[in-house]
Parts: sequence; structure tokens; C-alpha cells
Amino acid sequence: MSDVVEKTLTALPSLLSLDSLSGSTTLSSTSKLGNLIRGITELTSKHEEEKLIQRELTSIKEQVSSPNTSTRQMKELMVRAIYCEMLGYEASFSYIHAIKLAQQGTGLEKRVGYLAVSLFLNESHELLLLLVNTVLKDLQSTNLIEVCMALTVVSQMFPKDMIPAILPLVEEKLNHPKEIIRRKAVLALYKFYLIAPNQVQHIHNKFRKALCDKDPGVMAASLHIYFQMIQENPEGYKDLTSSFVTILKQVVGGKLPMDFNYHSVPAPWMQIQLLRILAILGRNDQSSSEIMYEVLDESLRRAEINHNITYAILYECVKCIYTIHPKSELLEKAAKCIGNFVLSLKINLKYLGLKALTYVVQQDPKLALQHQMTIIECLDHSDLLIKRETLELLFRITNAQNVSVIVEKMLEFLRVNKDDYTTIDLVGKVAELAEKYAPDNEWFIETMSTVFSVGGDKMQPDIPNSFLKLLSEGFDSVEEDRKLRLFAVDSYVSLLQGEPGKLPQRFLQVISWVLGEYSYLREELDAVLRLLANLLDMRSTSSETKSWVLMAMTKLCGGGAGVSVIREVCETYGSSLDTVLRQRAQELQHLSQDCELRARVLPRGAGLEPLEVDSSLSFLDGFVSEALAAGAAPYKPPHQRQEELAQTKALSLEPYGLSLPISMSSCSIADRQSPTLLSVSSGLSGESPDLSHKGGTTTLKLDGVKRVWGREGYLSQREPVEEPVHVEVPSPVVSPSQRGGEADRSHSQTPTPTATPQPEQEKQQLASSLFVGLASQSSVCLMGKSESTTQRFRRKARGPVSSPAASEQISNSPVSTPSTANHLLGNNFLDSNITSDLSVSSLESTSQLSRGPAAANGICEVELTESSPALPRDNAVAAAAPAPHQDPDTLKDACLRSHLPAEFSGLCPSDITPLCTNQTLDFLACHLQKEDSVSLVVFIYNSSDSDIQQILLELDSDELEVSCVCGSAVQEARSHSVAVCQYSLTVKRPSVHVEVVGMASYRCPAETPQSARFSYKLPLTSFIRPLTVSTEEYGAMWLDFSHDTKQKLTLRSDGRESLADTLDVLKKKLNLHVVEIIGTEGIVACRLLRDQPCLMHCRLHEGSLSVWLRSPVPDLPDCLMYHCQRALQEH
Amino acid sequence: MIKFMLMLNRQGQTRLSRFYQPMELSRRTLLEADVVRCCLSRKKDECSFVEYKDFKLVYRQYAALYIVVGVTDNENELSVYELLHNFVEVLDKYFSRVIMFNMDRVHVLLDEMIQNGLVVETNKSRVLAPLAALDKMADG
Repeated sequence: MSDVVEKTLTALPSLLSLDSLSGSTTLSSTSKLGNLIRGITELTSKHEEEKLIQRELTSIKEQVSSPNTSTRQMKELMVRAIYCEMLGYEASFSYIHAIKLAQQGTGLEKRVGYLAVSLFLNESHELLLLLVNTVLKDLQSTNLIEVCMALTVVSQMFPKDMIPAILPLVEEKLNHPKEIIRRKAVLALYKFYLIAPNQVQHIHNKFRKALCDKDPGVMAASLHIYFQMIQENPEGYKDLTSSFVTILKQVVGGKLPMDFNYHSVPAPWMQIQLLRILAILGRNDQSSSEIMYEVLDESLRRAEINHNITYAILYECVKCIYTIHPKSELLEKAAKCIGNFVLSLKINLKYLGLKALTYVVQQDPKLALQHQMTIIECLDHSDLLIKRETLELLFRITNAQNVSVIVEKMLEFLRVNKDDYTTIDLVGKVAELAEKYAPDNEWFIETMSTVFSVGGDKMQPDIPNSFLKLLSEGFDSVEEDRKLRLFAVDSYVSLLQGEPGKLPQRFLQVISWVLGEYSYLREELDAVLRLLANLLDMRSTSSETKSWVLMAMTKLCGGGAGVSVIREVCETYGSSLDTVLRQRAQELQHLSQDCELRARVLPRGAGLEPLEVDSSLSFLDGFVSEALAAGAAPYKPPHQRQEELAQTKALSLEPYGLSLPISMSSCSIADRQSPTLLSVSSGLSGESPDLSHKGGTTTLKLDGVKRVWGREGYLSQREPVEEPVHVEVPSPVVSPSQRGGEADRSHSQTPTPTATPQPEQEKQQLASSLFVGLASQSSVCLMGKSESTTQRFRRKARGPVSSPAASEQISNSPVSTPSTANHLLGNNFLDSNITSDLSVSSLESTSQLSRGPAAANGICEVELTESSPALPRDNAVAAAAPAPHQDPDTLKDACLRSHLPAEFSGLCPSDITPLCTNQTLDFLACHLQKEDSVSLVVFIYNSSDSDIQQILLELDSDELEVSCVCGSAVQEARSHSVAVCQYSLTVKRPSVHVEVVGMASYRCPAETPQSARFSYKLPLTSFIRPLTVSTEEYGAMWLDFSHDTKQKLTLRSDGRESLADTLDVLKKKLNLHVVEIIGTEGIVACRLLRDQPCLMHCRLHEGSLSVWLRSPVPDLPDCLMYHCQRALQEH
Repeated sequence: MIKFMLMLNRQGQTRLSRFYQPMELSRRTLLEADVVRCCLSRKKDECSFVEYKDFKLVYRQYAALYIVVGVTDNENELSVYELLHNFVEVLDKYFSRVIMFNMDRVHVLLDEMIQNGLVVETNKSRVLAPLAALDKMADG
């Protein structure tokens, strides 16, 4: 084969030509990559590919390490190494050479070096440090192309700690005459903002300059930074609203150079970004929204060209219109727009329309009604994605009237779906809907059976748990409960008579529990026992399920039922190798013979009675005091032991001091006690290794031992307070025939032509059953259906009391102590108006200045008439609370502060900030700093005339552990009153600002369920507490900590006492402890909540303050540095 | 947010990949295999968006070349779909002149358009400028 032909062939399969152009005559000089690609394309098996790549890698490895390889060849090698890694074969040997190439190459070679680095390494790779010098050099280069390359790589990845080294150079580039350099510099700063926001804190004004840059590209680049910052803190950038509006106006109006157009649409992606920013700025903010109306209207009008990209802009526009404060005229236009999307024949547009509709129905469920026929068609669409999105839409408009149709559609989808992820998601949704809106017992049980068989062992474990809890707690009427349980038993018996081998393990466990608990409701226990015994014999039954089955049999065995079956089972499993099964079989044997004992241990139908558990383990008191008297050390919880261990390590370097008392104590207990008590002593001593092998011989399990013993030894257990059970009117069950009638009547609502062909009619029938209840509220009432929309399976409010099985499941969660303060405050605020005078006067004084949202004002006035602070201490807090900016919120604050739980008296809460608002409920929150945690209090104010029950608040956070303090997450808000939820926050991962995101779902009587999302941000400083240590302790700790950061900060004053002054400011603002000041140096200490210390060392140096922060916690020094900087700047 | 971009041939072999969120090598290949299964079997009249786990795939086909992008749920799929076309137009503009197709150059162009999963430049002449300058440097 001649050279020319060979070369021609090798060039062919290279990237874009791929395989289809094999006849063309493209030419490449030296494409070894082409060779490689062609080789791979021809291969038939994975094994061959592996062999080829390994060979390739060996050859690359040889060549890169040869000193004679030129940078040009090196570039070629790098590209091939990239290709190998792309196929999944690691080429780590080449990483260092990529860095070298970036350093030594010129032009494209250098670029490929940088490219390889950005593809090979991740942000935290240590080799990245070696790149810093090269970047530094290139940033200073006179060659603009090199500057560009350096800025590009910096905006892709850069080691966080080295940012200060290049920051001045990057900042300088913001003033560069070339737009491309300015643009790339802005993008680099965006990257810095992402990875270390504190480092670019001081250049916010430069971002503004970039936003106003005369070049549209630079401006567009700055939008990314603003989008990020505005998402984090929309309040801080409201003043920029009009600027963004002006920019959008110019873009839409075609004021940009022609080359920004894409298919004659001006800068579409820029428009989309601007619309996203506007949506955040206008959310819950009428005045900002008003500025936008005009440009949004224009955007809708301008988007007339029939091209995908205009639809993409329209979609964003519609979303924006439905996010900001509503304006009816725009909403109408947006709704029409969605209509066009949904009706489009182009499937991509249809999808986008459904997605928009799903977003919009939360605000306006009636819109779904307009498009009901299209939605029905989409339900049967051949494309899975369209179906899936339609189900999502239906999920959001479900109510008590259409639930059975919608759930049926979801189950239909589930039966054919193969994707695990979708199954888990959808099964959860079906279970949620079934529990909320089930029309009758049979439907509920059957639906849940389908959920369990389809969801199988993949579904979230809380679905079966909550189902069993629901069954055992029961509802409002004893008779109803009995019917429901009996129906469950009957249907499970018939399932077991079928093919139980096909049922998932989880479902079998549910069945076993239900049968064990409620089979007594029917006759023929023998038959049930036999069915259960059959389960034990099946091969496919897991041993976990078997133990559930044995437990169920134990519950049923009394009264001489199935004696032979039980004897057989006991014989088989009494000698099982599985210890749990053997244990269960022994229990079964004993209890089946001793009826009296069985009745005491497993009382029949006592699901509702709380089990009396001696959780304080008082029967061991004698043993403990004996041990203590014999010289044993008192028990210490593990965290305390660890703390002490850490302290001894940090403080003294004496070799024998280490944790000696602890191991001594465990030995002494072990030596003195009889073997039966070994497991107890191992529980007490925790980590003593010499006990573990002995402890293993006993099977006595004592969960919860640790919690009983505190620092002082024995802690008294607080009795859980039973929450008051509120009486509810039992909701009448609507019989199927009644429902059918309703469906027929609602049929007349749908705008349908009179004569329609058969399939059409079917669809319309479906439509009428799907969209019933979505029309205006009045029509629902007219049909006399309003009562049936109340939730059927409403749980009774109960304390932490439940059946044996439920307690089995929740036993490992700490016992919750419901706060009685909530109830006290929730009830007494209505009948007092001591401070209404104060409120009125403050309202008057602030009314002239009021510029807050009208809605907030409304709430205030309502509260004035309805409620007022009840307790004197709250007045003091409200009055003493500094009000730097007088606005109407302070009044509302005062009202709400009175609802703070009593345990917070004496603590100063933060300002109460509104989270989100809609017609019926307002959500507000504040936080309070306690010694070892921060408490978040969420107020739910119900401004409507009806009580709202079942408000479910779910809070979550990336950075924080959020735990609910008040027992249950479900709340009830009476009309015109406030409900309070309390959460405790601890830091999981430090970040400059931490955010709690929440979702509240609730349902007003006679309406579809609603949900509201909100977020609450608080600075890390709320979690900082002073750490009191001596200078010596400080010194020892300093050396132990591995994470640090250094930075120069501006001094507060120039005087002689400047260091002391500056530290004083930090101490006051950030809650730090100044350990000592010696000459020009100072040391300061603090901790993040309980046990995450951070140390600070400061030194005066050339008129500024060199600060060095160290901590064992990653990121903590960085975050704290940011706050120090802020604190000093603000001052 | 764009999570990753893949270019595949008709056999489902990867020709270019760029991940905007860190991911281990082994997981990348698994993901790519999944993506191939999801997208390549689809018919012309089906939606260009596919649900995959908790995010979406947006794909576009040009003769034997498939481009697939993973986007988060809050992304506007249609705008990404058009972004792909814009990218292909850029490639078309560049490679029709030079007649030499190289992975490194495609990467360079892609880096100009998408960074950190965000669209940073869509103006074609500005996307092409840096690479054109590099070529000129090599020539002169």
C-alpha cells in the first residue's frame, strides 16, 4: 500500500466524517489519532479494544518519557492519551506531561497542554498546583493568545488556595482594551466566585462595571455571576432590576450587532438568561414585577418567527410571567402561548408545553381544564417522556374526585415501565395520593397492593411503614377501622392463595404483619396459619421475611388454632442456623403453649395501646450501684469519651495519661459480673476490645442503653407528652354509585360538541373524570360535593404512641418530646390584647415609610384585630429589638415573636423574614442562637376564614442537619392564627451562607392540594460561638489542625490600639474569644457549635492585618475569613 | 445546567466527551453505554429529549453523528437543543475550510461555547476567533 493511500485512509474516520465518508479524499499529514480511531472502529469485541488501547498506552508511555520527544510530537501524544481516557482507560502517567506541555509549548501545542490538563484532572487534584506558575506567566505574557488560554483554563479549573496569587492579574484584565480578554476575565472571576466567594468579595463593584461594559459579550458573561448571586440573595440586587430590563429591551429590540443573531433571532441565549434573572427578582415582589411587565409583553410579541429558538425564549418568558407578581393581561397571553405549545404537532414543543403547564397548574389549576383533551391524548402518546410529563401534570392536579382515574393511569404506566428510577418516583407518588384522597376502603387496599407488588423491594421503605402505621392507628370510627382491616386481611388471604411466590419480599412482610395483627377479625385462623406456613416453605422467601412470618404466627397461635402446623414449624426452625429465626421459633413454641403469657406479651387487637417499655432500664439500677460501689467509673457517652481523648492528646504530651481510666473501668465491670450481664457491661463500656468476644455469646439486645446515661450518670427519662387529640367530624364515604352520578353531571361542564364519534366520547368521559373538581370552587359546591373533598385517611394527631410493629420500626429513632409550649402559645394568643397600643403606635409611625409588599401590610392589620403579644417578656424583646430600618415588618415581627416557644425566652431572635405567601397561608421564619445549636422557627399564618389541617413542612439543606423538634412535621393552622414549627440546626458542612430549603404542602377545604417552596438563608456566623482556651491549649491545638487559610485584612483604625480595636470588632460581630494579645500579634479562638474549633492568629504587618486561620474542619477557615472580611468592611 | 456532552457515531462509539461535573472514569463509561441505549434506538418522530434518572438527555442527529447532552431538570431543553445546532454550525464553518478534523480543535471550540455547564458564548465569529488566531500563529 502506498504512502499516499495509507495517509488518506487514516484521515478518514477522524472526528466528523466518522464512518460515512469513507470514499472521500480528505488528506491528513500525520494523523496517528486517525489510525487509532480507525483501529477501534474496526474492532468487534470489547476484549480486542482493551488489548489495542493497552498497546497504544504502552507506546505513548514510552514516547512521552523519552527526552527526545519534541513538543509537537508531545501534542500528538497528548491527544491520543485524551482519546484513550475518553474510552475509559486511565492514562495517569501522562498527566504530568500535560502540565509540562502547557508550560513549554507554544500556540496550539500549549493550548492542547491546557486542554489535556482540564480533561484529565479534577479541581482537587494535587498536580494542579504545578500549573499555577505557568498560568501566572501566561497571564503576564504580551501575547494575547497566551493570555486568553490562561484565562480559559482558569475559568475551568483552578486550585482554590492559589487564587490570591493570580487574582490581581485577573482583575487587571477587566480593564483590557480587547473585549475577549475582558470577557474571559469576567468568566474567570465567575469561577472564583463559585469555588471561593470570599476571595472576590471586594470586587463586587467591578462586576457592576462588567455589566455596564460597552461590549455585549462582556456584559453577557457578567450575567452568569449575577444569576448566581441573585439566586443566593435576591433582596440584595433589586436595584438592578431596571438595568436588566433595559438590557433585555435592547436585546429584544435588535440593538446588538448582527453577529449575535442566531437564525435572525437576536442573542437568544442571552435573552433566556435575562428572563431567568428577572423571574427571580420579581418573585413575590410587586414593585419589581411592575418594572418588567412592559418588556415581557414585548418579548411575547416579538417572538413571532416560527423557529425552535423563539419557542425556547417564549417558554422562559411564560415561566417568568407565572413566577413574578401576576398581571392578568400577561397571564392571559402566556396561557395562550402555552396552548399553542401543547397543541403543536411538533413533539418537542408539545413536551415543552406540558412542562410549562406542569409548572403553571400550581398557580392556576383551571388552565389544565382548558387543555384537557390534549392532555388526554398525551396520556396515550407513544413517547414515554410525553406520558411521563403528563402524569407529573396530573399528579399536581389530583383531588378527591379525580384520584381514582389518575392513579389508575399512573399504575398503568408503572406496569409497563422498566426504569427503576421512574418506578421508585412514581410509586411514591401513587402512595401519597392514595393515602390523601382514597375514596373508599377497597380502593385504598387494592391500590396499595398494586403499589407494593409493582414497587417491590425498590421502593422507599417509608411507604410500607407509613401504610402499616395508618392501619394500626386507625381513623375516626371504630367500625370503619374494623372494615378496613378486615378487607385488608381478606384480600391478602386471597393473594396468598394465589401465587405468593411472585410477590416481592417487602409486600410479603406487610402481608404477614397485617395477617398477624388482624386475622382475628375473621374466622378460620387455621387457614391463615397454613398459608403463612406455606410462605416459610418457599425457596424465594428471604430470612428477613421468614422472621416476619414467624412473628405473625406467634400472634395467631393462641386458642388451639393450627396446633399441628405450629409444631411442625417449630421443629423445622427451632434448630435453624439463622439465629434470628431460631429465636423466633423458640418464642413461637413457648407462647403457643402458654396462653396466659401470650395474652400478656401480645394482646390481641391492641395496636393502639402504647407498649410499656421500661426505657430507663430501672431493673438494672441495683447492678449499676453495686458496680459503682465496687469502684467502677461512671458511664460516659461515646462523644464525651472522644472529647476527653482529644483534649488529653492536645493538652498534655505525657505518655501515660491517655484514656486510662476508661479502659480500667470497663475491665473492672467485666471482671466482677456474671456472664449473663456481659452484654450490658459491654454496652456501658462501649469500646473496650477485650469484652467484645465474650459479649457476643449472649443474645440479649439492649438498644437505647446509651441514652439513659449522661455525664452525671443516670438521667431521668422525660415522659412523652400526649398531644391533645382533636375531634374531627368523620367524613362520610361516598358510595361508588354516587360518584358515578357526579362524574356524569360534571360531564356537562366540559365544552363538548353534542354529537361525537365513539372514541371521542370515551376520551371526553375520561376528561370529565380526570378534570372534575378543577373548575371554580362554586361549581363543586353546587354539586354538593364539597364535603367529599376532605381527606379521607386523615391521621389522628397522636403522640409517639403506636402498635408493636410501628414501634419496632421507630424504635431506633430517639424518642421525641413534643413541645407543650407550642400548644400553650398557639392557644393563648387570641385572648389578649395588652400590647395593641404599642402595635398601633408603631403602625402609625411606620405607615408613611411603608414600602413593603401590600400583602404584608394586610397581614399586619389582620393580626392587630385578631391577636397581639401575650406575654410581657415578648414585648420587651420586641421593643428592645433594634430597628435600623423602620418598616411595617417590625410590627408583624412583634406579633409573631409572641408565638416563639417559651423555652426561647431570654434569647434574642433574628428578624422575622417572610418566606413565601399565597392567598391563604403566609410562611415566615426566624432563627435563634442557642449554646450548642441554632433553632429555626417557622411561623405559618393562616389568613383565610377556614382552618387548614395537615400542613406538611419538609425542610432540607445541603449544609445543615435539620431536625424537627416539635414531634411531628404535620401542623394545623386555625383560621387567622399562627402555627409554629421548630427545628434544630447543626452544621454538616461549613459554607459562607447556609440555606434551608423547604416545601410546605397543604390543602384548604374544598380545594386541590397546594404546595409552596421557600428557602431560608442564614450566615455561618450564627453557628459560631466563642471558644475559651488558654494560650498553652491554643498552642497545642494549633499544631493539630490541618486546614488553614491566610489573608490580609484591612485594619479598623491606624492608632496605637489598632490591633485591639480590630479584634474587638471581630469579637463583637462574630462572637469570637480573644485569647491573648502580645505586642503586634493576637490569638483568637472560636468554635462551630459544640465541637468544631477554629483558631485565628493575627499579626500587624505593614499597616494591614495578616490573618491565619486553622481548623480541623475543611472549609471552615475559608468561610470564617469571608465573614471577618465582611465584618471589618462594614464597620 | 449542562452536565456533560457526548459525540457518538452510529455504532455508539464515543468520539468526544466532555464532563462538566466530576465523575470517575468507570462511571463515565457506564453512563455512556446507558446513553447510547437510550438515544440511538429512538425514531425520528420521537421527542428529542429523554428522561434519564433524575435528569434529561437532549440529543440531535446529523447523518452518522449523534450529539447527546445531559441537562438538569431546570434547564430549558429546547434552548439546549438549538445550542447543539449552533455548535454544529460553528464546526461546519471551521472544518469546511481546513479539511482536517481533530478532536483537540473541536474541544477548543467547545470550550469557547460551554464552560462549567453554562453557555458562555454563542456568537459564531467570537467562538471561532481564538482558534483562528492559533492557526495563524502556527502558519506564520
